[in-house]
Amino acid sequence: MSTMVATNKRSFGSTLWDYLTTVDHKKIAIMYLIAGGFFFIVGGLEALAIRWQLVKPMNDFVSAGLYNELITMHGTTMIFLAAMPLIFAFMNAVVPLQIGARDVAFPFLNSLGFWLFLFGGILLNVGWITGGAADAGWTAYAPLSIISPGEGVDYYVLGLQISGAGTLIGGINFLVTIVNMRAPGMTYMRMPLFTWTAFVASALILFAFPALTVGLFLMMFDRLFGSGFFDPNMGGNAVIWQHLFWIFGHPEVYILALPAFGIFSEIISTFSKKRLFGYSAMVFATVLIGFLGFMVWAHHMFTVGMGPAANSIFAVATMAIAIPTGIKIFNWLFTLWGGNITINTAMLYSLGFIPTFTMGGMTGVMVAAASADYQYHDSYFVVAHFHYVIVGGVVFALFAATHYWWPKMFGKILNETLGKITFWLFFIGFHMTFFIQHFLGLMGMPRRYWVYLEDQNLDLGNAISTVGAFLMGLGTIVLLYNVVITSVKGEKVGPDPWDARTLEWAIPSPPPFYNFKQLPLIRGLDPLWIEKTEGRSGMTPAEPIGDIHMPNNSILPFVMSLGFFIAGFGFIYQKYDAIWLSLIFIGMGIALGAMLTRSIKDDLGYHIHKEDLEKEAKE
Amino acid sequence: MADKNSVHPAQLDYEKQKRKEEMKQQVITFALMIIFTIIAFSMVASGLDKLFVIPIIVVLAAVQVGFQLYYFMHMSHKGHEMPAFMFYGGVFAAFLCIIALGVLVWW
Amino acid sequence: MSEHDVLNPKQMPLNPEKATLEGKNKFIGFWFFLGGETVLFASLFGTYLALNNSTNGGKSSEELFTLELVFIMTMLLLTSSLTSVYAMYHMKNNAFKKMQLWLGITVALGLGFLGLEIYEFYHYIHHYEFTLRSSAFGSAFYTLVGFHGGHVVFGLSWIVALMIRNSKRGLNLYNAPKFYIASLYWHFIDVVWVFIFTVVYLMGVL
Repeated sequence: MSTMVATNKRSFGSTLWDYLTTVDHKKIAIMYLIAGGFFFIVGGLEALAIRWQLVKPMNDFVSAGLYNELITMHGTTMIFLAAMPLIFAFMNAVVPLQIGARDVAFPFLNSLGFWLFLFGGILLNVGWITGGAADAGWTAYAPLSIISPGEGVDYYVLGLQISGAGTLIGGINFLVTIVNMRAPGMTYMRMPLFTWTAFVASALILFAFPALTVGLFLMMFDRLFGSGFFDPNMGGNAVIWQHLFWIFGHPEVYILALPAFGIFSEIISTFSKKRLFGYSAMVFATVLIGFLGFMVWAHHMFTVGMGPAANSIFAVATMAIAIPTGIKIFNWLFTLWGGNITINTAMLYSLGFIPTFTMGGMTGVMVAAASADYQYHDSYFVVAHFHYVIVGGVVFALFAATHYWWPKMFGKILNETLGKITFWLFFIGFHMTFFIQHFLGLMGMPRRYWVYLEDQNLDLGNAISTVGAFLMGLGTIVLLYNVVITSVKGEKVGPDPWDARTLEWAIPSPPPFYNFKQLPLIRGLDPLWIEKTEGRSGMTPAEPIGDIHMPNNSILPFVMSLGFFIAGFGFIYQKYDAIWLSLIFIGMGIALGAMLTRSIKDDLGYHIHKEDLEKEAKE
Repeated sequence: MADKNSVHPAQLDYEKQKRKEEMKQQVITFALMIIFTIIAFSMVASGLDKLFVIPIIVVLAAVQVGFQLYYFMHMSHKGHEMPAFMFYGGVFAAFLCIIALGVLVWW
Repeated sequence: MSEHDVLNPKQMPLNPEKATLEGKNKFIGFWFFLGGETVLFASLFGTYLALNNSTNGGKSSEELFTLELVFIMTMLLLTSSLTSVYAMYHMKNNAFKKMQLWLGITVALGLGFLGLEIYEFYHYIHHYEFTLRSSAFGSAFYTLVGFHGGHVVFGLSWIVALMIRNSKRGLNLYNAPKFYIASLYWHFIDVVWVFIFTVVYLMGVL
């Protein structure tokens, strides 16, 4: 099996088969990047439709019902199908390299996680062509989501269930990878901050997603099998959904934000040519944010009527998160302080992020004040707040990471001029869109309404907001053009184009499929930088060249996910006719059959032999 | 790797002996679990006051689960630091869920 | 370590389930997964606690539950936990036949538990007309206990599949971790049941 030497020309079919069956974390990263990028465009188009509807008072671009579908699918798509997978793309591409591992702990499960996410995402969007997507808001509050007619919310429930399972699998995989697969000398306190944040975010996934799983099951039973969890007529209680959703939903914010912090920490440190200021404080703050992030979910529910005692507790806990976040902001500033700063696209996003995210944090403390939140709740103020946090934090980070790690993933640097154009279009567009929304909210504009009246002083603000949204769209188009033009014309670069500090830059770009020919010896934080300051060009190996054990490719993850996808339709349509139950049996049969096959068929992987590695080195 | 796995016969005997004793402990643990279960069921059957019985049966359940985790699932052994850490992380999140749903929902 | 050593080790190490990197990964990863499962069941328990009085004029827990049946089920499951400890004891001593025997007993006890649970549900549905759709209490009861029952079904199928697959070739470093985590799963099922009989049944008849 060691004759896996890549030939230059491969047929399309064999490339496709390679990607369908791959268990290589770098290829899975590319698939996450493509799929996440696709859903980011879909969600972006939905956002533009929303903004176009609101460009003038009493507009009739879309109907009220379609507007509800647009806002629901925009939120759901952006969080679950764009932001999370893109985070996973960079976690897959970078974390194993940063800790000096040859692959993740469970390559098979890694592939399964991706395919579950993709099929879940497709299922979520199938509603568009079968008579209406989900329309109960991305939070799908009961009882609205229970009585919403049609199959839109059913697609939401089943789609999220499947993609959520994929995310959970991915989370466990990264936890075990980071615990068990670190190279010799890579202690916990020598791990790069992106790896640390990936670790904490994975732990949050592990503990938060089961609550969503249960919430979605309960909603599925209520909608499709006549149970009464959220139905007051049967003694149920709609607030249960809200709790379950936010016990998951608030940690979800940190699942997105923490890796974003990690990305900025890497970039700021690299382009300031300085070690990250206050590394241990950064690690501490990351863990503390993760911990506190679990105890604040009810701040989304201040107006539910939990009473002043519960509201106060959650308000105080929420404000406490500003402390570790503040630690991080100051540490980034101190890393920049006195640094030998290079301003390029990745760095521009990082510099744009700091004030933007700080503003989002400020409004966060404002909405955390429970009594004041009665005013802000469900207004555009909240919309502005969470877009400042999620776009200003996470999307900026994803764009920055795209520019920063593109050479590692594809061996070429994205065009810097186009990158800077994208940044300025996106940055200005973003602030135009959302800064004004704070004031729209304070003036009383409620979120999720599809029209507003004339002469309420809302006209100009909404028009400005819409123009900003289209600037962001333009920026994204330039980025896509950049990707195409770089792939076609870009020049190949070496392993370390940024003169960077961490381990992933010590190996070729793109890395060979076994990552490290010899596992490196880690001698401190920023291991590559240590070697460079001592005059060496690469890492010192920790082992002699030997056989490398690699996992086998497998189509089973794809088959399993396809099975669940098919079963999803059965679950939805059996509410009309029992004949659809057959689809459940077929789908689950395929999925469980694939699981059984996986369980009883030995899969021991193969070895790349030492001789082949040595031969390759000579070539 | 192969040398690391080969074991000296004397050590093997020692380990075997240790496991045998541990097995004895586990049987005792099992007996305790059965006794706890019987106590819990009989307290409920005896019709004692609710406020008195509930805390006791919950504590008995918690102790039983501790036995399962530490003896049957070997969490007391070496090399279980990370598993224990993550498992207790789960218990912490679980505790929050139960507080939220058991207490806050009808508040 | 080559494929040959994994499948046909010259000598079984002291802890065959953790002798390979794959085994270590499985062991750690499965414990983490159980941490997540804890949250899953806690969400179900929380839902049950929120809804256990919402009988909507239908049957309540006092009217439904009989402790005798639950006691027998509890004994079966607790004993099956001990028998799977025995199975793992023999696995570590590389006594494959004995391990298979104890696993067989575990499966038999598990099947007994499952049979009684099916009987219980059948009884409630046909004699009391108490179903998932009766009330929010009914929904919460069947979902919580049913999720546990689903875990029992999955655990039994898993153990049986492992026993059949490996019946001819005995223990090696490739299947030892599989047996070990299957037994961890089985213990976890018992952990959940301890809380179910306490919170659902015992507190339900008080």
